[in-house]
Amino acid sequence: MSSAKTSTGVETGLTALAVSLRGVTKTYDNGIMALGPLDLAVRKGEFISLLGPSGCGKSTALRLIAELSAPSSGIVRLGRHEGVPQPGHGIGFVFQEPTLMPWTSVRENVRLPLRLAGVAKADARARADVALASVGLADFADAFPRELSGGMKMRVSLARALVTDPDILLMDEPFAALDEITRFRLNNDLLALWRSLGKTVIFVTHSVFESVYLSQRVVVMTARPGRIQADIRIETVEPRGEEFRTSAAYSDYCRRVSAALAPSYSGQLVL
Amino acid sequence: MNAQATVTPKPPGARRAIRFVLPVMVFAAGLLAWELVVRIKEIPPYVLPAPSIIFLTLIKDWAVLSQSLGATLLTTLEGFVAASIGGVALALLFNQSKWVEYSLFPYAVVLQVTPVIAIAPLLLIYLEQQTAVVVCAFIVAFFPVLSNTTLGLNSVDRNLAGLFQLYGASPQQTLRFLKLPAALPYILGGLRIAGGLSLIGAVVAEIAAGTAGAGSGLAYRIAESGYRLNIPRMFAALLLLSLAGIVIYGVLALVSHLVLRCWHESALGKEN
Repeated sequence: MSSAKTSTGVETGLTALAVSLRGVTKTYDNGIMALGPLDLAVRKGEFISLLGPSGCGKSTALRLIAELSAPSSGIVRLGRHEGVPQPGHGIGFVFQEPTLMPWTSVRENVRLPLRLAGVAKADARARADVALASVGLADFADAFPRELSGGMKMRVSLARALVTDPDILLMDEPFAALDEITRFRLNNDLLALWRSLGKTVIFVTHSVFESVYLSQRVVVMTARPGRIQADIRIETVEPRGEEFRTSAAYSDYCRRVSAALAPSYSGQLVL
Repeated sequence: MNAQATVTPKPPGARRAIRFVLPVMVFAAGLLAWELVVRIKEIPPYVLPAPSIIFLTLIKDWAVLSQSLGATLLTTLEGFVAASIGGVALALLFNQSKWVEYSLFPYAVVLQVTPVIAIAPLLLIYLEQQTAVVVCAFIVAFFPVLSNTTLGLNSVDRNLAGLFQLYGASPQQTLRFLKLPAALPYILGGLRIAGGLSLIGAVVAEIAAGTAGAGSGLAYRIAESGYRLNIPRMFAALLLLSLAGIVIYGVLALVSHLVLRCWHESALGKEN
Protein backbone atom coordinates (compact mmCIF):
# COMPACT_ATOMS: atom_id res chain seq x y z
CA MET A 1 0.00 0.00 0.00
CA SER A 2 2.02 2.94 -1.20
CA SER A 3 0.89 6.49 -0.85
CA ALA A 4 0.17 6.58 -4.55
CA LYS A 5 -3.48 7.32 -5.02
CA THR A 6 -5.51 4.48 -6.39
CA SER A 7 -6.80 5.73 -9.65
CA THR A 8 -10.37 5.01 -10.58
CA GLY A 9 -9.26 3.99 -14.03
CA VAL A 10 -7.54 0.90 -15.29
CA GLU A 11 -4.93 -0.45 -12.96
CA THR A 12 -1.95 -2.59 -13.64
CA GLY A 13 -1.59 -5.99 -12.01
CA LEU A 14 -5.00 -7.42 -12.88
CA THR A 15 -4.34 -10.53 -10.82
CA ALA A 16 -4.63 -8.52 -7.63
CA LEU A 17 -8.04 -7.17 -8.58
CA ALA A 18 -11.20 -8.67 -7.18
CA VAL A 19 -13.53 -6.54 -9.28
CA SER A 20 -12.92 -4.27 -12.21
CA LEU A 21 -15.50 -2.21 -14.07
CA ARG A 22 -14.51 -0.47 -17.28
CA GLY A 23 -16.74 2.04 -19.01
CA VAL A 24 -19.79 0.38 -17.55
CA THR A 25 -23.19 1.96 -18.21
CA LYS A 26 -26.70 0.82 -17.49
CA THR A 27 -29.73 2.18 -19.29
CA TYR A 28 -33.13 0.85 -18.31
CA ASP A 29 -35.87 -0.09 -20.75
CA ASN A 30 -37.67 3.15 -20.04
CA GLY A 31 -34.66 5.05 -21.38
CA ILE A 32 -33.40 6.27 -18.01
CA MET A 33 -29.63 6.08 -17.82
CA ALA A 34 -28.95 4.92 -14.30
CA LEU A 35 -25.23 4.50 -14.29
CA GLY A 36 -22.00 5.50 -15.80
CA PRO A 37 -19.83 5.43 -17.55
CA LEU A 38 -18.19 3.96 -14.49
CA ASP A 39 -14.61 2.82 -14.01
CA LEU A 40 -13.81 1.12 -10.76
CA ALA A 41 -11.07 -1.22 -9.60
CA VAL A 42 -11.26 -3.05 -6.28
CA ARG A 43 -8.27 -4.95 -4.98
CA LYS A 44 -8.56 -8.32 -3.31
CA GLY A 45 -9.23 -8.03 0.39
CA GLU A 46 -10.20 -4.37 0.13
CA PHE A 47 -13.16 -2.85 1.97
CA ILE A 48 -14.66 -0.10 -0.14
CA SER A 49 -17.86 1.90 0.20
CA LEU A 50 -19.96 3.29 -2.61
CA LEU A 51 -21.52 6.48 -1.32
CA GLY A 52 -23.98 8.67 -3.14
CA PRO A 53 -27.46 10.18 -3.26
CA SER A 54 -30.54 8.01 -3.67
CA GLY A 55 -31.03 6.81 -7.21
CA CYS A 56 -27.41 7.39 -8.23
CA GLY A 57 -27.00 3.79 -9.33
CA LYS A 58 -25.06 2.39 -6.37
CA SER A 59 -27.36 -0.57 -6.09
CA THR A 60 -27.36 -0.96 -9.86
CA ALA A 61 -23.57 -1.19 -9.76
CA LEU A 62 -23.79 -3.95 -7.15
CA ARG A 63 -26.36 -5.85 -9.19
CA LEU A 64 -24.07 -5.61 -12.21
CA ILE A 65 -21.12 -6.97 -10.22
CA ALA A 66 -23.32 -9.80 -8.92
CA GLU A 67 -24.41 -10.52 -12.51
CA LEU A 68 -28.03 -10.07 -11.45
CA SER A 69 -28.32 -7.75 -14.43
CA ALA A 70 -26.20 -7.13 -17.50
CA PRO A 71 -24.47 -3.82 -18.32
CA SER A 72 -25.72 -1.86 -21.33
CA SER A 73 -22.10 -1.31 -22.29
CA GLY A 74 -18.66 -1.81 -20.79
CA ILE A 75 -16.96 -4.71 -19.08
CA VAL A 76 -17.51 -6.18 -15.62
CA ARG A 77 -14.73 -8.53 -14.62
CA LEU A 78 -14.39 -10.55 -11.44
CA GLY A 79 -11.08 -12.00 -10.24
CA ARG A 80 -12.40 -15.31 -8.99
CA HIS A 81 -10.46 -18.21 -7.64
CA GLU A 82 -10.00 -21.09 -10.03
CA GLY A 83 -12.26 -24.10 -9.84
CA VAL A 84 -15.37 -22.39 -8.60
CA PRO A 85 -17.99 -25.13 -8.73
CA GLN A 86 -21.13 -23.05 -9.34
CA PRO A 87 -21.86 -19.63 -10.77
CA GLY A 88 -22.34 -17.05 -8.06
CA HIS A 89 -20.33 -18.99 -5.53
CA GLY A 90 -17.61 -16.40 -5.49
CA ILE A 91 -20.09 -13.75 -4.41
CA GLY A 92 -22.14 -13.21 -1.27
CA PHE A 93 -24.93 -10.64 -1.43
CA VAL A 94 -26.60 -8.86 1.48
CA PHE A 95 -29.70 -6.91 0.53
CA GLN A 96 -31.16 -3.84 2.16
CA GLU A 97 -33.87 -5.99 3.71
CA PRO A 98 -32.92 -9.25 5.42
CA THR A 99 -34.68 -11.10 2.56
CA LEU A 100 -35.20 -14.28 4.54
CA MET A 101 -37.66 -17.01 3.66
CA PRO A 102 -40.29 -16.66 6.41
CA TRP A 103 -41.53 -20.23 6.06
CA THR A 104 -38.43 -21.95 7.25
CA SER A 105 -35.95 -21.87 10.11
CA VAL A 106 -32.91 -19.66 10.42
CA ARG A 107 -30.62 -22.64 9.79
CA GLU A 108 -32.47 -23.58 6.61
CA ASN A 109 -32.26 -19.98 5.42
CA VAL A 110 -28.51 -19.97 5.90
CA ARG A 111 -28.20 -23.40 4.30
CA LEU A 112 -30.07 -22.29 1.16
CA PRO A 113 -27.05 -21.36 -1.03
CA LEU A 114 -25.42 -24.71 -0.25
CA ARG A 115 -28.66 -26.57 -0.88
CA LEU A 116 -29.02 -24.90 -4.28
CA ALA A 117 -25.44 -25.93 -5.06
CA GLY A 118 -26.23 -29.53 -4.17
CA VAL A 119 -24.03 -29.80 -1.07
CA ALA A 120 -24.87 -32.88 1.05
CA LYS A 121 -27.31 -32.13 3.83
CA ALA A 122 -25.15 -33.01 6.86
CA ASP A 123 -22.20 -31.04 5.52
CA ALA A 124 -24.38 -28.07 4.62
CA ARG A 125 -26.02 -28.00 8.03
CA ALA A 126 -22.64 -28.04 9.74
CA ARG A 127 -21.41 -25.18 7.58
CA ALA A 128 -24.61 -23.22 8.19
CA ASP A 129 -24.08 -23.62 11.94
CA VAL A 130 -20.49 -22.38 11.63
CA ALA A 131 -21.66 -19.33 9.67
CA LEU A 132 -24.37 -18.64 12.26
CA ALA A 133 -21.82 -18.90 15.06
CA SER A 134 -19.58 -16.40 13.26
CA VAL A 135 -22.34 -13.78 13.45
CA GLY A 136 -23.18 -14.67 17.06
CA LEU A 137 -26.46 -16.47 16.39
CA ALA A 138 -25.51 -20.08 17.19
CA ASP A 139 -28.41 -20.37 19.63
CA PHE A 140 -31.04 -19.24 17.15
CA ALA A 141 -30.58 -21.84 14.42
CA ASP A 142 -34.00 -23.39 14.97
CA ALA A 143 -35.90 -20.12 15.36
CA PHE A 144 -38.09 -18.71 12.62
CA PRO A 145 -37.17 -15.33 11.11
CA ARG A 146 -40.25 -13.64 12.57
CA GLU A 147 -38.99 -14.41 16.08
CA LEU A 148 -35.84 -12.34 15.57
CA SER A 149 -35.22 -8.61 15.89
CA GLY A 150 -34.28 -6.50 12.87
CA GLY A 151 -30.58 -6.60 13.73
CA MET A 152 -30.63 -10.36 14.22
CA LYS A 153 -32.37 -10.88 10.89
CA MET A 154 -29.61 -8.84 9.24
CA ARG A 155 -27.03 -11.08 10.94
CA VAL A 156 -28.78 -14.14 9.51
CA SER A 157 -28.64 -12.52 6.09
CA LEU A 158 -24.91 -11.91 6.59
CA ALA A 159 -24.37 -15.52 7.68
CA ARG A 160 -26.17 -16.70 4.54
CA ALA A 161 -23.90 -14.54 2.40
CA LEU A 162 -20.84 -15.97 4.15
CA VAL A 163 -21.86 -19.63 4.12
CA THR A 164 -20.45 -20.33 0.66
CA ASP A 165 -17.14 -18.74 1.72
CA PRO A 166 -17.28 -16.20 -1.13
CA ASP A 167 -14.29 -14.09 -2.20
CA ILE A 168 -16.42 -11.00 -2.61
CA LEU A 169 -19.12 -9.73 -0.27
CA LEU A 170 -21.57 -7.24 -1.78
CA MET A 171 -23.68 -5.31 0.70
CA ASP A 172 -26.52 -3.05 -0.45
CA GLU A 173 -27.31 -0.58 2.35
CA PRO A 174 -27.62 -3.53 4.73
CA PHE A 175 -27.97 -1.55 7.96
CA ALA A 176 -30.00 1.39 6.62
CA ALA A 177 -33.22 0.29 8.30
CA LEU A 178 -31.68 -0.35 11.72
CA ASP A 179 -31.47 1.95 14.72
CA GLU A 180 -28.13 3.62 15.33
CA ILE A 181 -27.08 1.52 18.33
CA THR A 182 -27.71 -1.73 16.49
CA ARG A 183 -25.98 -0.29 13.46
CA PHE A 184 -22.84 0.58 15.45
CA ARG A 185 -22.67 -2.95 16.85
CA LEU A 186 -23.11 -4.50 13.45
CA ASN A 187 -20.48 -2.15 12.00
CA ASN A 188 -17.97 -3.35 14.60
CA ASP A 189 -18.90 -6.99 14.06
CA LEU A 190 -18.62 -6.59 10.30
CA LEU A 191 -15.15 -5.06 10.64
CA ALA A 192 -14.08 -7.93 12.90
CA LEU A 193 -15.39 -10.46 10.38
CA TRP A 194 -13.65 -8.67 7.53
CA ARG A 195 -10.33 -8.70 9.44
CA SER A 196 -10.59 -12.40 10.28
CA LEU A 197 -11.93 -13.64 6.93
CA GLY A 198 -10.08 -11.31 4.56
CA LYS A 199 -12.92 -10.96 2.06
CA THR A 200 -13.26 -8.21 -0.48
CA VAL A 201 -16.22 -6.08 0.64
CA ILE A 202 -18.14 -3.62 -1.51
CA PHE A 203 -20.51 -1.75 0.76
CA VAL A 204 -23.22 0.53 -0.58
CA THR A 205 -24.45 3.17 1.83
CA HIS A 206 -25.83 6.69 1.94
CA SER A 207 -24.32 7.39 5.34
CA VAL A 208 -21.10 9.42 5.27
CA PHE A 209 -20.25 8.36 8.82
CA GLU A 210 -20.77 4.70 8.18
CA SER A 211 -18.70 4.74 5.01
CA VAL A 212 -15.75 6.48 6.68
CA TYR A 213 -15.89 4.26 9.74
CA LEU A 214 -15.92 1.02 7.81
CA SER A 215 -13.93 1.35 4.66
CA GLN A 216 -10.42 1.67 3.42
CA ARG A 217 -11.72 3.58 0.43
CA VAL A 218 -14.83 5.69 0.03
CA VAL A 219 -15.96 6.07 -3.56
CA VAL A 220 -18.31 9.05 -3.80
CA MET A 221 -20.75 8.94 -6.71
CA THR A 222 -22.64 11.70 -8.47
CA ALA A 223 -26.39 11.92 -8.92
CA ARG A 224 -27.92 9.96 -11.80
CA PRO A 225 -26.39 8.81 -14.02
CA GLY A 226 -23.90 7.74 -11.36
CA ARG A 227 -20.26 8.41 -12.02
CA ILE A 228 -17.33 8.65 -9.66
CA GLN A 229 -17.03 12.05 -8.04
CA ALA A 230 -14.18 11.28 -5.67
CA ASP A 231 -12.17 8.33 -4.42
CA ILE A 232 -10.98 8.94 -0.90
CA ARG A 233 -8.64 6.62 0.96
CA ILE A 234 -9.26 6.36 4.70
CA GLU A 235 -5.98 5.69 6.48
CA THR A 236 -5.91 5.11 10.20
CA VAL A 237 -4.56 2.80 12.84
CA GLU A 238 -6.03 -0.66 12.49
CA PRO A 239 -7.96 -2.30 14.00
CA ARG A 240 -10.54 0.44 14.17
CA GLY A 241 -12.77 0.77 17.19
CA GLU A 242 -14.80 3.27 19.13
CA GLU A 243 -11.77 5.53 19.63
CA PHE A 244 -11.61 6.02 15.85
CA ARG A 245 -15.28 6.92 15.74
CA THR A 246 -14.67 9.77 18.18
CA SER A 247 -11.28 10.89 16.85
CA ALA A 248 -10.42 14.15 15.10
CA ALA A 249 -9.11 12.22 12.10
CA TYR A 250 -12.51 10.57 11.73
CA SER A 251 -14.42 13.83 11.69
CA ASP A 252 -11.84 15.24 9.31
CA TYR A 253 -12.46 12.40 6.87
CA CYS A 254 -16.21 12.83 7.29
CA ARG A 255 -15.84 16.50 6.38
CA ARG A 256 -13.83 15.64 3.26
CA VAL A 257 -16.30 13.00 2.14
CA SER A 258 -19.25 15.32 2.79
CA ALA A 259 -17.56 18.02 0.73
CA ALA A 260 -17.14 15.58 -2.14
CA LEU A 261 -20.79 14.67 -1.86
CA ALA A 262 -21.99 18.29 -1.78
CA PRO A 263 -22.37 18.85 -5.57
CA SER A 264 -24.85 15.97 -5.66
CA TYR A 265 -27.31 17.62 -3.34
CA SER A 266 -26.70 21.31 -3.76
CA GLY A 267 -27.41 21.73 -7.46
CA GLN A 268 -30.51 19.76 -8.21
CA LEU A 269 -33.51 18.14 -6.69
CA VAL A 270 -32.78 14.51 -5.85
CA LEU A 271 -35.59 12.36 -4.55
CA MET B 1 -56.23 3.05 40.00
CA ASN B 2 -59.54 1.51 41.02
CA ALA B 3 -61.19 2.66 37.84
CA GLN B 4 -58.38 1.05 35.89
CA ALA B 5 -58.87 -2.23 37.72
CA THR B 6 -62.53 -2.38 36.81
CA VAL B 7 -61.86 -2.14 33.07
CA THR B 8 -59.24 -4.90 33.08
CA PRO B 9 -59.89 -6.92 29.91
CA LYS B 10 -61.26 -10.40 30.32
CA PRO B 11 -58.77 -13.26 29.99
CA PRO B 12 -58.58 -14.63 26.44
CA GLY B 13 -60.15 -17.94 27.49
CA ALA B 14 -63.29 -16.19 28.69
CA ARG B 15 -63.48 -14.14 25.52
CA ARG B 16 -63.21 -17.27 23.40
CA ALA B 17 -65.98 -18.92 25.44
CA ILE B 18 -68.23 -15.90 24.88
CA ARG B 19 -67.58 -15.99 21.14
CA PHE B 20 -68.67 -19.62 21.16
CA VAL B 21 -71.55 -19.39 23.61
CA LEU B 22 -73.30 -16.33 22.15
CA PRO B 23 -74.08 -17.72 18.67
CA VAL B 24 -75.16 -21.02 20.24
CA MET B 25 -77.57 -19.16 22.50
CA VAL B 26 -78.98 -17.21 19.55
CA PHE B 27 -79.45 -20.49 17.70
CA ALA B 28 -81.23 -22.10 20.65
CA ALA B 29 -83.48 -19.08 21.13
CA GLY B 30 -84.35 -19.09 17.43
CA LEU B 31 -85.25 -22.78 17.49
CA LEU B 32 -87.37 -22.30 20.60
CA ALA B 33 -89.27 -19.39 19.05
CA TRP B 34 -89.82 -21.40 15.86
CA GLU B 35 -91.10 -24.40 17.83
CA LEU B 36 -93.45 -22.22 19.93
CA VAL B 37 -94.86 -20.33 16.94
CA VAL B 38 -95.59 -23.57 15.08
CA ARG B 39 -97.27 -25.17 18.11
CA ILE B 40 -99.28 -22.15 19.24
CA LYS B 41 -100.49 -21.27 15.75
CA GLU B 42 -100.98 -25.01 14.97
CA ILE B 43 -99.22 -24.66 11.61
CA PRO B 44 -99.41 -27.96 9.70
CA PRO B 45 -96.04 -29.67 8.92
CA TYR B 46 -96.56 -29.40 5.13
CA VAL B 47 -96.54 -25.59 5.53
CA LEU B 48 -93.85 -25.22 8.17
CA PRO B 49 -92.58 -28.17 10.21
CA ALA B 50 -91.41 -27.58 13.77
CA PRO B 51 -87.70 -28.17 14.55
CA SER B 52 -88.63 -31.25 16.58
CA ILE B 53 -90.39 -32.81 13.60
CA ILE B 54 -87.44 -32.01 11.32
CA PHE B 55 -85.15 -33.70 13.84
CA LEU B 56 -87.41 -36.77 14.06
CA THR B 57 -87.55 -36.94 10.25
CA LEU B 58 -83.79 -36.82 10.15
CA ILE B 59 -83.65 -39.90 12.38
CA LYS B 60 -86.54 -41.71 10.69
CA ASP B 61 -85.23 -41.12 7.14
CA TRP B 62 -81.56 -41.49 8.07
CA ALA B 63 -81.09 -44.52 5.80
CA VAL B 64 -82.16 -42.58 2.72
CA LEU B 65 -80.65 -39.26 3.73
CA SER B 66 -77.25 -40.65 4.77
CA GLN B 67 -76.94 -42.42 1.44
CA SER B 68 -77.73 -39.16 -0.36
CA LEU B 69 -75.32 -37.27 1.88
CA GLY B 70 -72.59 -39.76 0.98
CA ALA B 71 -73.32 -39.33 -2.74
CA THR B 72 -73.22 -35.53 -2.55
CA LEU B 73 -70.07 -35.51 -0.46
CA LEU B 74 -68.34 -37.87 -2.88
CA THR B 75 -69.27 -35.62 -5.81
CA THR B 76 -68.09 -32.58 -3.90
CA LEU B 77 -64.81 -34.25 -3.01
CA GLU B 78 -64.16 -35.36 -6.59
CA GLY B 79 -64.95 -31.88 -7.89
CA PHE B 80 -62.79 -30.29 -5.21
CA VAL B 81 -59.79 -32.54 -5.86
CA ALA B 82 -60.08 -32.00 -9.61
CA ALA B 83 -60.39 -28.22 -9.10
CA SER B 84 -57.41 -28.11 -6.73
CA ILE B 85 -55.12 -30.11 -8.96
CA GLY B 86 -56.39 -28.45 -12.15
CA GLY B 87 -56.25 -24.91 -10.71
CA VAL B 88 -52.74 -25.24 -9.28
CA ALA B 89 -51.43 -27.04 -12.36
CA LEU B 90 -52.89 -24.44 -14.73
CA ALA B 91 -51.47 -21.61 -12.60
CA LEU B 92 -48.02 -23.23 -12.72
CA LEU B 93 -48.33 -23.56 -16.47
CA PHE B 94 -49.35 -19.89 -16.76
CA ASN B 95 -46.38 -18.97 -14.59
CA GLN B 96 -43.97 -20.85 -16.83
CA SER B 97 -45.22 -19.38 -20.09
CA LYS B 98 -46.81 -16.00 -20.73
CA TRP B 99 -47.95 -17.30 -24.13
CA VAL B 100 -50.05 -20.01 -22.53
CA GLU B 101 -51.42 -17.53 -20.01
CA TYR B 102 -52.45 -15.01 -22.64
CA SER B 103 -54.00 -17.75 -24.79
CA LEU B 104 -56.03 -19.51 -22.11
CA PHE B 105 -56.78 -17.08 -19.31
CA PRO B 106 -59.78 -15.40 -21.02
CA TYR B 107 -61.46 -18.80 -21.36
CA ALA B 108 -60.96 -19.52 -17.69
CA VAL B 109 -62.76 -16.25 -16.98
CA VAL B 110 -65.57 -17.09 -19.43
CA LEU B 111 -66.03 -20.45 -17.73
CA GLN B 112 -66.16 -18.69 -14.38
CA VAL B 113 -68.67 -15.96 -15.27
CA THR B 114 -71.13 -18.21 -17.13
CA PRO B 115 -73.68 -19.41 -14.55
CA VAL B 116 -73.14 -23.11 -13.94
CA ILE B 117 -76.89 -23.71 -13.62
CA ALA B 118 -77.10 -22.80 -17.31
CA ILE B 119 -74.24 -25.09 -18.32
CA ALA B 120 -75.40 -28.10 -16.31
CA PRO B 121 -78.25 -29.22 -18.64
CA LEU B 122 -75.88 -29.16 -21.61
CA LEU B 123 -73.26 -31.16 -19.77
CA LEU B 124 -75.95 -33.70 -18.84
CA ILE B 125 -76.68 -34.24 -22.50
CA TYR B 126 -73.08 -34.87 -23.52
CA LEU B 127 -71.64 -36.56 -20.43
CA GLU B 128 -72.56 -39.47 -18.26
CA GLN B 129 -74.58 -38.18 -15.33
CA GLN B 130 -72.08 -38.70 -12.53
CA THR B 131 -69.29 -37.25 -14.68
CA ALA B 132 -71.43 -34.23 -15.56
CA VAL B 133 -72.12 -33.51 -11.92
CA VAL B 134 -68.43 -33.70 -11.00
CA VAL B 135 -67.55 -31.47 -13.96
CA CYS B 136 -70.02 -28.87 -12.71
CA ALA B 137 -68.46 -28.91 -9.25
CA PHE B 138 -65.06 -28.57 -10.92
CA ILE B 139 -66.09 -25.62 -13.10
CA VAL B 140 -67.40 -23.65 -10.16
CA ALA B 141 -64.49 -24.43 -7.85
CA PHE B 142 -61.39 -24.27 -10.01
CA PHE B 143 -61.27 -20.56 -10.75
CA PRO B 144 -60.51 -19.30 -7.22
CA VAL B 145 -57.72 -21.86 -6.98
CA LEU B 146 -56.33 -20.73 -10.32
CA SER B 147 -56.50 -17.01 -9.64
CA ASN B 148 -55.21 -17.27 -6.06
CA THR B 149 -52.31 -19.51 -7.04
CA THR B 150 -51.41 -17.17 -9.89
CA LEU B 151 -51.47 -14.24 -7.49
CA GLY B 152 -49.27 -16.16 -5.04
CA LEU B 153 -46.74 -17.19 -7.67
CA ASN B 154 -46.47 -13.56 -8.79
CA SER B 155 -46.04 -12.30 -5.23
CA VAL B 156 -42.59 -13.78 -4.70
CA ASP B 157 -40.20 -11.32 -3.00
CA ARG B 158 -38.06 -9.71 -5.71
CA ASN B 159 -34.89 -9.82 -3.67
CA LEU B 160 -35.39 -13.48 -2.80
CA ALA B 161 -35.83 -14.19 -6.51
CA GLY B 162 -32.56 -12.31 -7.11
CA LEU B 163 -30.87 -14.39 -4.44
CA PHE B 164 -31.95 -17.61 -6.15
CA GLN B 165 -30.65 -16.23 -9.44
CA LEU B 166 -27.35 -15.28 -7.80
CA TYR B 167 -26.82 -18.81 -6.56
CA GLY B 168 -27.67 -20.27 -9.94
CA ALA B 169 -30.89 -22.03 -8.88
CA SER B 170 -32.52 -24.16 -11.58
CA PRO B 171 -36.18 -23.46 -12.49
CA GLN B 172 -37.19 -26.59 -10.58
CA GLN B 173 -35.32 -25.46 -7.47
CA THR B 174 -36.83 -22.00 -7.69
CA LEU B 175 -40.28 -23.51 -7.99
CA ARG B 176 -39.83 -25.94 -5.12
CA PHE B 177 -37.90 -23.86 -2.62
CA LEU B 178 -39.22 -20.38 -3.43
CA LYS B 179 -42.36 -20.04 -5.53
CA LEU B 180 -44.51 -22.81 -4.08
CA PRO B 181 -43.79 -21.98 -0.41
CA ALA B 182 -44.34 -18.28 -1.10
CA ALA B 183 -47.63 -19.03 -2.87
CA LEU B 184 -48.83 -21.51 -0.24
CA PRO B 185 -50.92 -19.05 1.84
CA TYR B 186 -52.65 -17.89 -1.34
CA ILE B 187 -53.22 -21.46 -2.55
CA LEU B 188 -54.74 -22.43 0.80
CA GLY B 189 -56.98 -19.36 0.66
CA GLY B 190 -58.14 -20.47 -2.80
CA LEU B 191 -58.81 -23.99 -1.56
CA ARG B 192 -60.95 -22.65 1.28
CA ILE B 193 -63.18 -20.87 -1.22
CA ALA B 194 -63.13 -23.86 -3.58
CA GLY B 195 -64.36 -26.24 -0.86
CA GLY B 196 -67.62 -24.37 -0.39
CA LEU B 197 -68.01 -23.72 -4.12
CA SER B 198 -67.60 -27.36 -5.10
CA LEU B 199 -70.49 -28.22 -2.77
CA ILE B 200 -72.57 -25.53 -4.49
CA GLY B 201 -71.56 -26.85 -7.92
CA ALA B 202 -72.48 -30.40 -6.93
CA VAL B 203 -75.89 -29.31 -5.60
CA VAL B 204 -76.69 -27.22 -8.67
CA ALA B 205 -75.80 -30.08 -10.99
CA GLU B 206 -77.75 -32.58 -8.91
CA ILE B 207 -80.86 -30.42 -9.13
CA ALA B 208 -80.42 -30.13 -12.87
CA ALA B 209 -79.82 -33.86 -13.16
CA GLY B 210 -82.67 -34.66 -10.76
CA THR B 211 -85.21 -33.05 -13.03
CA ALA B 212 -83.82 -35.23 -15.79
CA GLY B 213 -85.04 -38.24 -13.85
CA ALA B 214 -82.23 -39.92 -11.95
CA GLY B 215 -79.82 -39.21 -9.09
CA SER B 216 -79.58 -39.79 -5.41
CA GLY B 217 -77.77 -36.78 -3.90
CA LEU B 218 -79.15 -34.51 -1.18
CA ALA B 219 -80.17 -31.86 -3.69
CA TYR B 220 -82.17 -34.47 -5.56
CA ARG B 221 -83.83 -35.44 -2.25
CA ILE B 222 -84.83 -31.82 -1.72
CA ALA B 223 -86.33 -31.56 -5.20
CA GLU B 224 -88.07 -34.91 -4.87
CA SER B 225 -89.45 -34.08 -1.39
CA GLY B 226 -90.73 -30.80 -2.77
CA TYR B 227 -92.79 -32.58 -5.43
CA ARG B 228 -94.20 -34.87 -2.76
CA LEU B 229 -94.86 -32.02 -0.32
CA ASN B 230 -92.65 -33.83 2.20
CA ILE B 231 -91.55 -30.54 3.72
CA PRO B 232 -89.94 -31.96 6.90
CA ARG B 233 -87.63 -34.08 4.75
CA MET B 234 -86.74 -31.01 2.64
CA PHE B 235 -85.69 -29.23 5.80
CA ALA B 236 -83.76 -32.29 7.03
CA ALA B 237 -81.84 -32.55 3.76
CA LEU B 238 -81.18 -28.82 3.79
CA LEU B 239 -79.86 -29.12 7.35
CA LEU B 240 -77.46 -31.86 6.27
CA LEU B 241 -76.24 -29.79 3.31
CA SER B 242 -75.63 -26.83 5.55
CA LEU B 243 -73.74 -28.99 8.06
CA ALA B 244 -71.67 -30.48 5.24
CA GLY B 245 -70.70 -26.97 4.09
CA ILE B 246 -69.71 -25.97 7.63
CA VAL B 247 -67.60 -29.10 8.09
CA ILE B 248 -65.86 -28.62 4.72
CA TYR B 249 -65.02 -25.04 5.58
CA GLY B 250 -63.87 -25.97 9.08
CA VAL B 251 -61.62 -28.78 7.88
CA LEU B 252 -59.98 -26.58 5.22
CA ALA B 253 -59.52 -23.70 7.67
CA LEU B 254 -57.93 -26.11 10.14
CA VAL B 255 -55.58 -27.53 7.50
CA SER B 256 -54.63 -24.00 6.47
CA HIS B 257 -53.97 -23.04 10.08
CA LEU B 258 -51.86 -26.13 10.79
CA VAL B 259 -49.76 -25.66 7.65
CA LEU B 260 -49.15 -21.94 8.19
CA ARG B 261 -49.05 -21.66 11.97
CA CYS B 262 -45.25 -21.58 12.17
CA TRP B 263 -44.68 -18.56 10.01
CA HIS B 264 -47.56 -16.81 8.30
CA GLU B 265 -49.19 -13.68 9.71
CA SER B 266 -52.69 -15.02 9.09
CA ALA B 267 -52.13 -17.96 11.44
CA LEU B 268 -50.20 -16.17 14.18
CA GLY B 269 -51.67 -14.93 17.43
CA LYS B 270 -52.53 -11.24 17.56
CA GLU B 271 -50.51 -10.57 20.71
CA ASN B 272 -47.19 -9.94 18.94
